[in-house]
Amino acid sequence: MKILVCISHVPDTTSKINFTENDTKFDVNGVQFVINPYDEFSLTRAMWFKEKQGASVTVVNVGNVSTEPTLRKALAIGADDAIRVNMEATDGLSVAKQLAEVVKNGGYDLVLAGRESIDYNGGMVPGMLASLLDYNFVNGCVAMEVDETSVSLSREIDGGSEVLSTSIPLVVAGQKGIVEEKDLRIPNMRGIMMARKKPLNVIEPVPAENATSIESFEKPAPKGAVKLVDADNIDELINLLHNEAKVI
Amino acid sequence: MTSNIKNMSVLVFADSAEGKFKKSAFEVVSYGKKVAEQLGSNLIVLTINANNNEKLYVYGAEKVVSVANDSLAIFNAKAYASVIKQVADAQDSSIVIFDSSINGLFVAPMMAVALDAGYASNVVALPSSINPFKVKRKAFSSKAFSNTIISTDKKVIGVSKNSYGIHENAVSGVTESFDAVLSDADLGVTSVKIERITGQVTIADADTVVSAGRGLKGPENWGMIEELADVLGAATACSKPVSDLGWRPHGEHVGQTGKPVASNLYIAIGISGAIQHLAGINASKVKVVINTDPEAPFFKAADYGIVGDAFEVVPKLIEKLKAFKEA
Repeated sequence: MKILVCISHVPDTTSKINFTENDTKFDVNGVQFVINPYDEFSLTRAMWFKEKQGASVTVVNVGNVSTEPTLRKALAIGADDAIRVNMEATDGLSVAKQLAEVVKNGGYDLVLAGRESIDYNGGMVPGMLASLLDYNFVNGCVAMEVDETSVSLSREIDGGSEVLSTSIPLVVAGQKGIVEEKDLRIPNMRGIMMARKKPLNVIEPVPAENATSIESFEKPAPKGAVKLVDADNIDELINLLHNEAKVI
Repeated sequence: MTSNIKNMSVLVFADSAEGKFKKSAFEVVSYGKKVAEQLGSNLIVLTINANNNEKLYVYGAEKVVSVANDSLAIFNAKAYASVIKQVADAQDSSIVIFDSSINGLFVAPMMAVALDAGYASNVVALPSSINPFKVKRKAFSSKAFSNTIISTDKKVIGVSKNSYGIHENAVSGVTESFDAVLSDADLGVTSVKIERITGQVTIADADTVVSAGRGLKGPENWGMIEELADVLGAATACSKPVSDLGWRPHGEHVGQTGKPVASNLYIAIGISGAIQHLAGINASKVKVVINTDPEAPFFKAADYGIVGDAFEVVPKLIEKLKAFKEA
């Protein structure tokens, strides 16, 4: 089984979000970048398939050179090699087209990604990639087992979960549940040392036009101050929720 | 291109479960009606195995295309995408609009490839301009918005839940049936079993969400949270530490890496308000916090707050709400 794990390079969840250049660019100043948390769940599941079922694991990112430390971290966690498609990722469809090329050229039969990235939250690249490749696709995966070419998975649905059956070739967009938080791995010194020697291949993008572009960013309007209600005056809270906020 | 867009249609997929429309279906029909007006084109609403299609007329659906097919009785993303594509082609649709339900998020990207369309997800408002086609979207886990231009001839839009709202716009509609063609290749992923807790309000559907955190001290204290939710007809939710500790099921975890919440009312009890939690619930319209610590960051994000002990405040709140509901 040849697994490709798609990795987004995103600001840490605690980052303050600011913009520069007339609100057209994300301000990376002082921001710590990490493997997208959803992708990390899927990467960790891939490690399990590597260790228990002998799969090979390649990680890929579409981005400029600044994303390489994030790919090195994925290598330190245990991926065998990494690919960086040398292109600024600004549009889901064009990114999916780059990844489709990587999958075809590398002959990957299982592609794992995260449900969405925590920066642009598009939630679109895995589904687009599956459609471009005509691979099976499962979104929002919370459990996954592979037996030869048949695959059993669960996905989250409103108010519960659905057990699905499918086969390889397959694209899966995972989230917490595909592995648990406690299963996530912090790279150790040996992993970090080894990661430096693992191949990180930079390839040039294929021509693909952007279908969308971001013209500008804005931040939510500042919030008014909280209205405090005395703990002994619950009637006042009910009054405010009923008459002012009109939500009960 | 823009010149012939008038002759094209706006297609909205109105999702249903067991024949019954989801609330989000009414929101996307309301939204689609306005987009069609902006473009001067017709609104077509597609339903799959839904009953009472006429309910959509209330929100402006002049024409409903109804697909009834036993192979589609259980949601299947690829098969649904195939059906929606067939209808989009037959109706010459330039824009296809989805809700942001779990199923909508599953199908929309597949649709974008099928139509070679640019896709904007998490859209929170009507297009601010038609040429270029520009929409406002949530980004950075609700910490910001982006103004995105879709430059392809065909476009796919995902409307963020509870962002546009449900607007009545009654028309005298018609419903046509459509025979969709399905192949085995459309059914590459099959449903084996659906496990759903019935009789409970889901976080996705709830107008009100009652959420509790580590301040509750232990899973045995959730009785009052469930009772409060019951009185309000609300869904229950929890913070990440609570689900990590196993006090509550993962499905209840709301926040940046859990479920997003976009309810009308969100009540946070014993939750301090870590930035990741706030990101996940930011889209809720009115936020109430109950916490012993007046310095808890949640007070900066909330509309209403009570500094107090949940074990004293919540039982009183339940009692008062019961009296209010009966009055």
